[in-house]
Amino acid sequence: MSPLNMSSERLSQLQVAPLAILLTLFTGLPLLMVVVLSFWPFDGLEYAPGFTLTNYAEMFASATTWRTFAVTLRYAAITWAITLLIGFTVSYYLVFHVRRVKVQIALFLLCTIPFWTSGVIRTISWIPFLGREGLFNMALMKLGLTQGPLDMLLFSDFAVVLTYVNLFTLFMIVPVFNAMAKIDRNVIEAAHDAGATQWQILRDIVIPLSSTGIALGSIFVVTLVMGDFLVVRAMSGGQSSSVVSAMKNNIDQLYYPQAAASAVLLIAVVLAMVTAILRIVDVRAELSR
Amino acid sequence: MKKSMKRGTVTRRGALRTLAAGAAAGLGGTLGAPMIWAQTIRDVTLMHVGPAYSIFPDIAAKASADLGFKVEMQNAWTDAIMARVLGQPDTIDIADLEFWALQRIWRAQKLQPIETAKIANWDKITPLFREGVNFDGSPMSRQGTLPFKVQYVAAMGDKTFAAGPTGLATMMPTIFNADTLGLRPDLVGRPLESWAELLSPDFRGKTALINVPQIGIMDAAMALEAKGEVTYADKGNMTRAEIDQTIAALIALKKQGHFRAFWSSFDESVNYMASGEVLIQSMWSPAVTAVRARGVNCEYKGLKEGYRGWGNGLALMRHLDGLRRDAAIEYLNWMLTGPYGAFVARQGYYSSVPETTQAALSPAEWDYWYGGKPAATEIKDPFGAVMEQPGRIRDGGSFEARVGNIRCWNTTMDEGEYLVKRWNEFVAS
Repeated sequence: MSPLNMSSERLSQLQVAPLAILLTLFTGLPLLMVVVLSFWPFDGLEYAPGFTLTNYAEMFASATTWRTFAVTLRYAAITWAITLLIGFTVSYYLVFHVRRVKVQIALFLLCTIPFWTSGVIRTISWIPFLGREGLFNMALMKLGLTQGPLDMLLFSDFAVVLTYVNLFTLFMIVPVFNAMAKIDRNVIEAAHDAGATQWQILRDIVIPLSSTGIALGSIFVVTLVMGDFLVVRAMSGGQSSSVVSAMKNNIDQLYYPQAAASAVLLIAVVLAMVTAILRIVDVRAELSR
Repeated sequence: MKKSMKRGTVTRRGALRTLAAGAAAGLGGTLGAPMIWAQTIRDVTLMHVGPAYSIFPDIAAKASADLGFKVEMQNAWTDAIMARVLGQPDTIDIADLEFWALQRIWRAQKLQPIETAKIANWDKITPLFREGVNFDGSPMSRQGTLPFKVQYVAAMGDKTFAAGPTGLATMMPTIFNADTLGLRPDLVGRPLESWAELLSPDFRGKTALINVPQIGIMDAAMALEAKGEVTYADKGNMTRAEIDQTIAALIALKKQGHFRAFWSSFDESVNYMASGEVLIQSMWSPAVTAVRARGVNCEYKGLKEGYRGWGNGLALMRHLDGLRRDAAIEYLNWMLTGPYGAFVARQGYYSSVPETTQAALSPAEWDYWYGGKPAATEIKDPFGAVMEQPGRIRDGGSFEARVGNIRCWNTTMDEGEYLVKRWNEFVAS
């Protein structure tokens, strides 16, 4: 049977098959293992097949769990707000203020330059810059703006959020830019002609029509922050615990079932957040626009 | 002669060849088929998995060349090695573990004992390991996992440790050291003599602890005890009440902003110190060396309350048998012959067999690293880079002065799970 004779349903099934197989093998099965492991009993050293709710009971009873989730959600909220503000403004400028497409693309590419190096490098390179004897503190002191070095610049919540914003803003810019670029200029012209103010155009046209991009960008940023461990460890100097860094502590101690239980909880929380975002914005309908 | 000793060419090789031949003859005798053994052992490949401070391509290559079979090395931290020993035992042949790790995982029976009679230099191993005694014959501190506590088992298959020497060792001791606090003499501005200084308000916001619960809490306990704030029956095996007291004190300090950071990796501890973020902190000897190598003055100060000791050893995985087990034992023997001891000596660690290490080091190196005497020549690191100028004296002094003053050991506590839980609360507070 040649491909041409296939029903279109068959054909699309075949097209999806490679990705489906890869995802099932390398994401689905390991995840399933994590879920299974989270129910296995643990004797402080080894775990064995079985069923127990102890790992979950201990996790929910521990104040540390709630504290780390609160800390991580706070990071996610702050980072989301800042990246959204920057992402939206940058995209707006690129789409509506830069007339020539070539310049637009050139500026857009400029935004991606930091991504030519790895995220680890971009994280670590903040440390000598923000440190007590770092460039920024030295400059402040040389200029006579501060007496001594500002300790809060590094190994603090500030440092963590700064790095998140640095790392993740592009993930907001790209989808928002993409959504904005699709807005029909005639709609805006029409609004103008009908006497709408800039603010009304922004509120009633640009924001609603960019909502898909905002939703997608938010999903990226929120899931990246929720799943981070490196940034919070390096930039808080180990002073702060995110959900994943607490998980890493468990893994270091060989407490795999406990780590698995918190992984399952994290997945549940992130899924709930993504679902909420998708409830607010119908991304699929918007994408097929 | 001295020159050639330094890089260990003629003399050391010759000695090794003799030893290897001796071992081969001995094994040949027991196996009764030396020819077959000699041919098939070339196909053996052993996987030695150990922490970064013990794993060196140079040593693997030299061992392979001297022994006639292949030794491969992989680097992993102690926690990851423990996880592999338990979960994927087949991926390791020789596990390079800290003694406290042994206390934790021996009962899982993934390792097998070593007949001490098969280790040629066993009797030359420092009595600290073999008998648990200090240089003057007095008992070593038993706070924490004194290696001697977990050194022997009474019989093959035993899950618990023997109280005294037997012919069966759980591990063959290799390297050890006496740890203390690292500090920046140029920035602290006054002489420091006590562990209590780690918690001194003078250094608020400029201290760090290692973020490994079992070790971090020991450093904190040394300081709290020195300060007279908490008293411990046994710092190395705290009761729940003692853990609670310690963590409460630490959380209070953290809230005051006493700690600048908690480090989880070697390079973090180096960077904190070299960049001036931290003036006094938990530290490892090679990290102090690395800070000094950047031209920053850093001292591994011997303090009056003594040192926190630790030791590593090589353990045989349970799955090793027959020819592969013989080869592994031969490799263990090789590790005590000098080259490895000399290599780790140059990063500030002691060998379990000082005698063979002395033969493999130049007299100037021996006097500097073990003797606590001023360096007679430039002192080089394991890779040949100059690290100390003539005249410099090792921090803390001689082997006897440092090791003899170990007051507690890296440890696995009975309340280990509770400790980890409370430590995580501290870090998240």
